Amino acid sequence: MDPFPSLRQLTDGLARGEWSSAELTKAAVQRAERLGGPLNCFITLDEEKAMSAAERADRRLGTVCATPLTGVPLAHKDIFCMEGWRTTCASRMLADFVAPYTATAMAQLEDAGAVTLGKLNMDEFAMGSSTETSCFGPTANPWSLEHSPGGSSGGSAACVAAGITVAASGTDTGGSIRQPAGFCGLAGLKPTYGRVSRYGMIAFASSLDQGGVLARSAEDAALVLSYMAGFDPRDSTSSKHRDPWLEAVPHAGVGELEDGHLTIGLVKEFFADPPAGAPLIDAARRSLEELGLRCIELSLPHIAMAMPAYYVIAGAEASTNLARYDGVRFGHRCADPQSLADLYERSRSEGFGAEVKRRILTGTYALSAGYFDAYYVRAQKIRRLVAQDFAGAFAQADLLLAPTAPGVAFRRGQLMDDPIAMYRQDAYTIPVNLAGLPALSLPCGLQDGLPVGFQLIANHFDERRLLQTGAALQRATDWHELRPSLDWAEAA
Amino acid sequence: MSENDIKIDHLAKLAALRLSEDEQPGVLADLRRIIAMVDAMGAVDVSGVEPLAHPLDATLAVRPDQVTEEVDRRRYQAGAPAVRDGFYLVPRAVA
Repeated sequence: MDPFPSLRQLTDGLARGEWSSAELTKAAVQRAERLGGPLNCFITLDEEKAMSAAERADRRLGTVCATPLTGVPLAHKDIFCMEGWRTTCASRMLADFVAPYTATAMAQLEDAGAVTLGKLNMDEFAMGSSTETSCFGPTANPWSLEHSPGGSSGGSAACVAAGITVAASGTDTGGSIRQPAGFCGLAGLKPTYGRVSRYGMIAFASSLDQGGVLARSAEDAALVLSYMAGFDPRDSTSSKHRDPWLEAVPHAGVGELEDGHLTIGLVKEFFADPPAGAPLIDAARRSLEELGLRCIELSLPHIAMAMPAYYVIAGAEASTNLARYDGVRFGHRCADPQSLADLYERSRSEGFGAEVKRRILTGTYALSAGYFDAYYVRAQKIRRLVAQDFAGAFAQADLLLAPTAPGVAFRRGQLMDDPIAMYRQDAYTIPVNLAGLPALSLPCGLQDGLPVGFQLIANHFDERRLLQTGAALQRATDWHELRPSLDWAEAA
Repeated sequence: MSENDIKIDHLAKLAALRLSEDEQPGVLADLRRIIAMVDAMGAVDVSGVEPLAHPLDATLAVRPDQVTEEVDRRRYQAGAPAVRDGFYLVPRAVA
């Protein structure tokens, strides 16, 4: 078997009896054990749970209850609560937290028969762009162990890029699916806000957080999304939008590009200061034109203000969401507290890492008396201006094209002492979250041996055109077939 | 507004965080840089613009006021650091 199969290949082989889920799962566990050490992509790998799920899946295969995910080993960002699994958010605060319930998106994947291999490393509470703020240590990039896989879903990206699983879940608050997908040569899909339930997904910034998927192709990402998505009454911001196309993806695939004459808007502000890999992104643009898509240049005039607005809004929401960690109900509790204030302050100070504290303090500043209007309210007004910019752009174009990140993967440790430089990693991805839009990062070649990504951005709930365009591009090109050599694994 | 009037002690207290004397200068320097970065927002004319709280501009959903699930106290308290008889234990707050 190809060591980097597609999800559809796994599904077809399972249906034809060429391999069993138990065999696939055993092989994935072994690969995770062999490669996972140097990569440090798993926080929890549970062979016993995985094998027992695989055996259940094998009994289901061949029956009418089987789905294209039945028996397929997947792994999940350790931000999704799963009953009976340690769920840590890569924080000392939750290092021993065993979830008493399961996130809706995860329950839907498991109900479809997907096998959970384990929980993946990430930046602490998804705050970071390098998977270096994890209390379980940093994750490495399978393309080069000296480089970061990006973040915060860096464990997910490393796991899929190394061929341990065909897909992994992630979350994207400001680029945390797309930037690691870009750094690791994968397809990374951030769905429309409200598309995937946030119930059981540990909250960072509730108006920005969105669950999604990292896979090796747009086609595979769509298939996983079709099982993660859907209205959930337990999430008050879950959308009731129904999408017959997405519901048909499990049996019909994403399909051909239904309307061949789409217009792609090139956001000129994003290319003013050419990102690394610009010639490769341009080659992707030309390939899209060869598919019959028309490219125009357009402007998002307020886009430069998206980053400052984002760091105010995300910080404010984080400081509110993370107020729940008080050493009382769950999570880390300091030893021998002397008073209630001592209990709160010491539990939080011991439990949270430096970046989480920075974000909480930024948010606290923006929300504090005398600063609320100047920061928080102003940031929300800029958020509307950014959203209006996008609305104007989608009046002229069906999809937008932008770089995913300012450069290829940076060296591990390179940005750790410079929070602003780290924040700039997300300059191209953040605006999409402010506007709640869906976006898909796709690979478009290598620069100095490291993957370059670009993203397509669609209007709300237009994942169909996003994924159909991505899949059409991947049928015509082979950038997504590039694989890391993993020569470090042979040396080990 | 300015990055120079950050009162780090006050902020830490509001956030229920305790910063050691060693930590404070570094945290303050980082916060100053972050606030200087977000201060760029001041250049934007936002007059007449309504704040946007929800990306799809939707309001929160409501549902009928019905009991839909029972809270299993034992299960939810299984991960609590200190409980007795179904109550969470904290240091004495009143004398």
